[in-house]
This record gives sequence, structure tokens and C-alpha cells, in this order.
Amino acid sequence: MTREEILKGIREKFKEDIFDFLDKSPKRVYIEIKPASLRKIVEYVFRNLGARFNIATGVDARHNIEILYHFTFEEINLLVSLRVKLKRTKPEIDSLANMFEGANWIEREINELLGVNFKGHPDLRRLLLSDDWPEGVYPLRADYKEWDDKAIRDRGV
Amino acid sequence: MAKRIIPIGPYHPLQEEPEFFTLTVEGEKVVDIDVRIGYNHRGIEKLSEKKTFDQSTFVIERICGICSTSHPFAYTRAVEDIISVEVPERAKYIRTIIAEGERIHSHLLWLGLAGHFLGYNTVFMWSWKIREEILDVMEILSGNRNNYAMFKPGGIRRDIKPEDIPGVIKKINSIVPTLDMLKKAVMDDPVLHARTKGIGILTKEDAIDYCALGPTSRASGIARDVRKDSPYGVYDKIEWDMIIAQNGDVFDKVVVRILEIFESIKIMKYCLLNLPKGEIDLNIKNVPSGEGIGHVEAPRGETFHYVKSDGTNRPVRHKVRAPTFMNLPTFKATVMGETISDATIILAAIDPCYCCTERVAVRNTKGKKLYDGEELVRLSQEKTEKIRRGRAKRCS
Repeated sequence: MTREEILKGIREKFKEDIFDFLDKSPKRVYIEIKPASLRKIVEYVFRNLGARFNIATGVDARHNIEILYHFTFEEINLLVSLRVKLKRTKPEIDSLANMFEGANWIEREINELLGVNFKGHPDLRRLLLSDDWPEGVYPLRADYKEWDDKAIRDRGV
Repeated sequence: MAKRIIPIGPYHPLQEEPEFFTLTVEGEKVVDIDVRIGYNHRGIEKLSEKKTFDQSTFVIERICGICSTSHPFAYTRAVEDIISVEVPERAKYIRTIIAEGERIHSHLLWLGLAGHFLGYNTVFMWSWKIREEILDVMEILSGNRNNYAMFKPGGIRRDIKPEDIPGVIKKINSIVPTLDMLKKAVMDDPVLHARTKGIGILTKEDAIDYCALGPTSRASGIARDVRKDSPYGVYDKIEWDMIIAQNGDVFDKVVVRILEIFESIKIMKYCLLNLPKGEIDLNIKNVPSGEGIGHVEAPRGETFHYVKSDGTNRPVRHKVRAPTFMNLPTFKATVMGETISDATIILAAIDPCYCCTERVAVRNTKGKKLYDGEELVRLSQEKTEKIRRGRAKRCS
């Protein structure tokens, strides 16, 4: 399938679910979607179109928490990023980990670093942070404050 | 049979990252595996948000000591994606040279360690010996054996002197005969076949499901290589082959890496001989607001960086995804059902990052018996020895 066919297919199939469609450059496309329709769109992109899941990026965009799911179409050299915006007060989204294993670890990572709850994740344990890290402190949030006054951490120059 | 738990780590294994594996075994067979990482979490993503775009390049170069170029490469591509610029031609060539030199030394390092774990110390000695030549080459080109500090957004920091090139080519050529010998020694050895063929198979379906990358996926018959799929540097201007094997076992992972070294030598030599003249840097002063993605093929697979800028001189978000992050979970698919003596080489086969073998501990659930890393390596080496003796007996 060509680039146009793939993008047109996504656009027409999920007309109701897409908020914004940004065709940034020949290699990069950003699509903002409804958080509730994430699973069905990913199902289509990953299973039917055969895209490779690169990774997900969690961003604290001050007003809301954004997650970008990056997918690569290897044959046509295209990187599509699906963007969801979640409420900052209670960020929650469906898990992809039970659809394919590749999403398992990154959801655990975003969960502990940004405090996003992934509904239906089979094993939402900690991945990177140490065991003495307190609950409810999310280091990648913009309003993160140092909680351990004994810690010597690099605060930048 | 009773289930026993074998903890391996936290200062695991074989490679430079501390990881903690919990192997559940029945007798000799591994029935479950769980991996705990994060012992070495340094918060580099957060740190990078506090540094300027230029300073970040140095911070992220220190993410990995072996593939230290792949991270700055992906990062600078992400920043260049925000600005939408193309770096000068000469800078592209030099970037490709550095990236390929790194792939050669990284694959050789892995091959040596894999040989060591299988009880083939000759392979270990030979491949580390020729790796030194490549490190010398890197020192001539960049001034450093590792952490080259060659990259910056918009170009490179240091030019290659034309008078260095003949000497470098000579050094690269000098390793080819040894490498050929090593290739034959590894690929035709019947004992090595017995130890690695059909062991730790990652099927094509699993590789897709786990989103495996790099040599790990290419050994399972998936044509996945960022250098071909989304060409950067000068990979689209050079004739080279993507190495693919079909079985997905440890042997195929070895084969893919060995053959890739030859391709890398080819690419590196072409770039050195056809280096164009011109600028090496765009002198980028400001990064506009926006977001960019950069991905490159590191020795272990795709390295992925996402950078978001708000128009100031610092990134507001910098996401780093190293290839091992996607390759590590594949243990679940490969180690299951194998024996403990094979587990070490399977865990090593994806080439996670090696160093602290001594800290591997094996004990039964009551904690009475204690093996250490040497013991596990010994188990693995003994098995090879047994096969070797068995063959010798049959032949005589």
C-alpha cells in the first residue's frame, strides 16, 4: 500500500475518532485521536496494516497528559504518531499490553513516571524506580518536587 | 517435580546493565522467567530537560558505553527533524563512518563474550584482538576509543584529516583475513552447532508480537533495519546487503552479527574513500518550538529519540528508547523450556549490555546451595566439553 492509501484508509475508517490530522513531513504524521478509540485504531494499524510499534512517549503538557504512540510503516518509510490527551487530574487509558507484548514494559514505565493508569494491563508493577520511591510521586511530571531532602541529585546548570 | 527459583542478579550478567532475572526451574528446565530492571536508572530523560540542546548531546552520549554513537545520532536527527534541516554531505559521510565503526567493535565484543560463555576462549581472544584494531581506528578518527563526541545538532564537531585515511584503510583491511578465519571457525564448528542450533528460538510471530529489533529480529526472518527502511546518513547511496536468517535460534543470531561486520567494513571503506569535500556543520543557533523524532539503527537495533521543544534553548521533553528495552522481554519467549546451562547463552544472545558475570548467583528455594557466576559459566562450558568428547569418541 502507498502512503496515500494508508493515510486515507485511517482517515475514512475512523472519521469520528480523529480530532486532528497533522501531515508534518513526508516521513512524519501526527494524528490526535479520542482516548476511548485507541484500542480499535491500534488494532487496525498494528494488525491489519502491519505497522511496527516503536514506543510510546508520555509528555506532561501542563494542561493535560499526552501519550504519543509511535508506529512505523517500514515499507514506505513513514512514522505515524497517535496522540491522546488525558485529563491531568485522573489520567486513564486502555492498555495495549494484552494486544501485543511490545507495549507491556513501556506502559509500566509511563505508569510510574507520569502516573497514568492503564486499564486492563496484566501486570502493572514498577519497572525503573527503586522500591523506596514513595507512591504518588511522579518524577516526569512538570510539578515534580524533590521529596528526599537528603538526596544529591543533579538539578542542571 | 518441585519448582525452584533461581535468582540471577541484580548485578547481572553478562553485560554492563545490572538486571535481575528470576528463573523458575523444574529440574533443569526453565519454566518461567521474570526480569526486573532499573538498578541503573539515572534519570537521563529528566536530566536532559535541564540542559541546553548542545549540552544534552554529551549527556546522552553517556547512556551506553558500547554504542555511544547511536544515542547522539538519534538525538541530533530528532533535533534536525524539529528544525527540518539536512546536514551537509560531508557530515553525513563522517557520521556514517563513526556509526559503522561502532557496529563493528560492538559485534566483535559480543562475539568474544558469546565464545567465552560457550567455552570457546579462542574465539574470545581472537575477536577482542581484532576489536582493538577498530578501536585504534576510532581513536585516529575521533580522538577517543569510545564516547567519540563527534555529533552535534546540525553537523559534526571534528573533521577527518585526509592524511589519516590511508592508514585507517590499511588498518581496516588488516583485520579482514583474521575475520574470515574466525567466521569459518565459528560457522563450521560441529560442536558449536550442537550448542547453539535450535536453542532459544524466537519465532517470527513472537518477534513481531514483542516488536523485537535489530539482529534479534533479523535472525528470525524479519527484514527490519532502519538503515534500509528509513535511510539516513549515506546508507541509501551505498550498495550493501541486509543480513537475514530464518531460524531465530542462537546460531542464527551469531551468523547475522558476523556477516554484518563484513557489510559494515564495506560501508566504512566506501565512505572513507569517497568522502566529499565541504562544510561539516550548519552552526545552528536556535531551535524553534515543535516536536521531532529521530531513529537510527544501533548495533543492537533501533534507537529511538523523541524531542519536544518550546522555542527556548532546552528541550521540554526528551524521550529515549534504547533497543534492549524492546529486546529484553523476548526472554519470556526464548528461555522457556530450555535448560539452565543454555539459559546463559540465550540471555546473552540478544546482546544486552555485558560486564558483571561474577555476581550471578544460583540457589535453591531454601537458600542452601549457592553457585555463582563462574559456576554457571562452568556449567555451560562443561556441556560443550561433553559434546566435544562425545563426538571425538564417535569419530574414532
